[in-house]
Amino acid sequence: MIIELGHFSLVLALAVAVVLSVIPLYGSRRRDTALMDLAPAGSVLLFLLVAASFAVLTYAHVVSDFSVLNVWQNSHSLVPLIYRLSGVWGNHEGSMLLWLLILVFFSALVAIFGRNLPDTLKVNVLVVQAWITTAFALFILLTSNPFARLSPAPGEGKDLNPVLQDLGLAIHPPLLYLGYVGFSVCFSFAVAALLEGRIDAAWARWVRPWTLAAWTCLTAGIAMGSYWAYYELGWGGWWFWDPVENASFMPWLAGTALLHSALVMEKREALKIWTLLLAILTFSLSLLGTFLVRSGVLTSVHAFATDPSRGVFILAILMIFIGGSLSLFAFRAPSLNAGGLFAPISREGALVLNNLILTVCTATVLIGTLYPLLLETLTGEKISVGAPFFNLTFGLLMIPLLVAVPFGPLLAWKRGDLLGALQRLYVAAGLSLVVALALYYRENGGPVLAILGMAMGLFLVFGAFVDLGGRAGAGKVSASVAWRRLKGLPRSAFGTALAHMGLGITVLGVVAVTTFQSEHVVEMKPGMTTEAGGYVLTFDGMREAKGPNFTEERGHFTVSRGGAAVADVWSSKRVYVAQRMPTTEAGILTFGLSQLYVSLGDHMDDGGIVVRVWWKPYILCIWGGALFMMAGGIVSLSDRRLRVGAPSRRSRPATPAMEPAE
Amino acid sequence: MTRKQKRLAIIGGGMGFIVAAVLLVMFAFGQAVAYFYVPGDLGKANVQPGTRIRLGGLVETGSLKRGEGSTVTFTVTDTIATVPVRYTGILPDLFREGQGVVAEGTFAAGNTVFVADTVLAKHDETYMPKDVADRLKAQGVELSGKETIK
Repeated sequence: MIIELGHFSLVLALAVAVVLSVIPLYGSRRRDTALMDLAPAGSVLLFLLVAASFAVLTYAHVVSDFSVLNVWQNSHSLVPLIYRLSGVWGNHEGSMLLWLLILVFFSALVAIFGRNLPDTLKVNVLVVQAWITTAFALFILLTSNPFARLSPAPGEGKDLNPVLQDLGLAIHPPLLYLGYVGFSVCFSFAVAALLEGRIDAAWARWVRPWTLAAWTCLTAGIAMGSYWAYYELGWGGWWFWDPVENASFMPWLAGTALLHSALVMEKREALKIWTLLLAILTFSLSLLGTFLVRSGVLTSVHAFATDPSRGVFILAILMIFIGGSLSLFAFRAPSLNAGGLFAPISREGALVLNNLILTVCTATVLIGTLYPLLLETLTGEKISVGAPFFNLTFGLLMIPLLVAVPFGPLLAWKRGDLLGALQRLYVAAGLSLVVALALYYRENGGPVLAILGMAMGLFLVFGAFVDLGGRAGAGKVSASVAWRRLKGLPRSAFGTALAHMGLGITVLGVVAVTTFQSEHVVEMKPGMTTEAGGYVLTFDGMREAKGPNFTEERGHFTVSRGGAAVADVWSSKRVYVAQRMPTTEAGILTFGLSQLYVSLGDHMDDGGIVVRVWWKPYILCIWGGALFMMAGGIVSLSDRRLRVGAPSRRSRPATPAMEPAE
Repeated sequence: MTRKQKRLAIIGGGMGFIVAAVLLVMFAFGQAVAYFYVPGDLGKANVQPGTRIRLGGLVETGSLKRGEGSTVTFTVTDTIATVPVRYTGILPDLFREGQGVVAEGTFAAGNTVFVADTVLAKHDETYMPKDVADRLKAQGVELSGKETIK
């Protein structure tokens, strides 16, 4: 009965979404406030309905109600509670329901926090959100109903994929979806602006917090996914250029571009049309990602089941929304007035460069991801486009951007002074080179190019300090005045610095790990030792152990340095009972920013076991950098200017460029 | 600079970057992608030694042998032809004789042994790598229920 209530609630949500798709739009045309007021109230109702439906599915998973097909296929009575909870979205149907839940969550947020928005804009945004909601609610109900029943109910479930039985599943998908789907708000704002046929700097200011929030969550989601793959898969890799990873990375790249172009639009009223296009493209890439991951075109741990009708349905959604919004754009964009002139060397110029490189890089990733699919459809030939391709193209193309980032914030709006910026960055550049050389020396070499790579990362970090120092007037005024000024800087300045610093830290980590990591594959018997990164590992032997729904063989290692034991680590191989599926649980030890990664291989005939040991120097920088980027996003989001909200159009007609530069 | 020159500088720079990117992508497609073959394809495909390819098929039952340290050899078959494969490292958890596998690597010059640096078996035991299943089906190999893609 409860299950049917969940189903019914979802059907009701679809009905509400259909009403919201039409009536308020009509109301906003007729200036009928009663009809327009339906939009915010309805959006909140929509959220409540989908949330109720989601709660029911969660309940079914928690109580292991195997009469529900979805629960039977993806759960087992022995699965611990936490994985029963996160297992709700560890399958196709549940994850689509989570997608929908987050979509309506954002609609509700716009309805609640959008009080400062002009009425028609707000209504139109919510209407566009309702369109998306309708499409996905239909998709779930028609092709992926999570509430389908099974009769007679089996006594036991088929178990959740063991790879997914991890805390990562509880965190990664919701964060990723908050980012992915969060961009729907930017999309809706763009389409709403196109529907109204007007756009100004205030629009950029309203969109910016949504972009920032979505971007921050997406950053967190991607970083979390990367770390999860790193520790769970037992391969020691943190990024595989897998199509599924690319599917989340493309919206991130486009979203980063959007974040920066919206800045130009807000401050200088330039790049308006481009920003609109980016907002549309970013969410289009999110939709494309959903299609790639959920349609089953790709086989991966993310593609839970393949059913052609789903692929076709999502493809239809994709085409309607992307095609529709781009047509609307083509139709309306020429009538929007462009504005804001600037010199090539200026803050705007730097941000244009950022956008150019980021979009070209996004396109490169897109081509690399779709080309194999296209080729196979057209010629039947199968190719794999993997890391070598992306490292060569994406890697090289990003370099100019990384070098340019520290210059951007130092240039003035309209017309910047490149030489001046260069002079202020001399010290940072020199310092980066010195530190990079020191790291290179400390890790005993590697390719010389690595020095430049690390220097590039460090330059981003020091460059961010130069930016903050410059804004505070360090060196020009007394220390106490500079400190006071620093404290008085807008939070967005700190956000920028933190995010750029984070980028640098990630780059540093990527270069350092790629260059300095070492891998040892050895056959070990108890008592034998091997060495990695200056640490000596002694294999003490294996032990059998039993978990709630798996059995495992655990290998124990003692780690010593200079003769003294410093740590010990377990590494294990598990076999999950229900599916007889083996997984590797790597043993990971953290030393400062570096990690020792131990995973077990096969048993040898003579009683030994193959052990794979990696030394991963500075690897934590990769995700640490992402943390800094997220912190940048959050700090920027708390900026007074965004918190207070933009003045409404009524109180200040024709909003001019809001502030003088900084 | 005049307004026109400024605009030209921006557009020219942008175009230059895009052209460079396109050339780079084309170059990379020539260099850095791996074609997928099953053993039966190799006779007519004329794969040059040193060219990176992906080799897919079933691991022939009884062919897995352990050599020095962590080096293993096994045979990949599509029931029409077979290719011996050498790999140093840890085989994936789901690697089994008689089941689907994808090995990535190269043929050494003058040698028929395929030297793999990556061996993939898929996460989920209910299906084998899609590429492999498609090709085997196309060649008429009967897949037992457990190995077919759902």
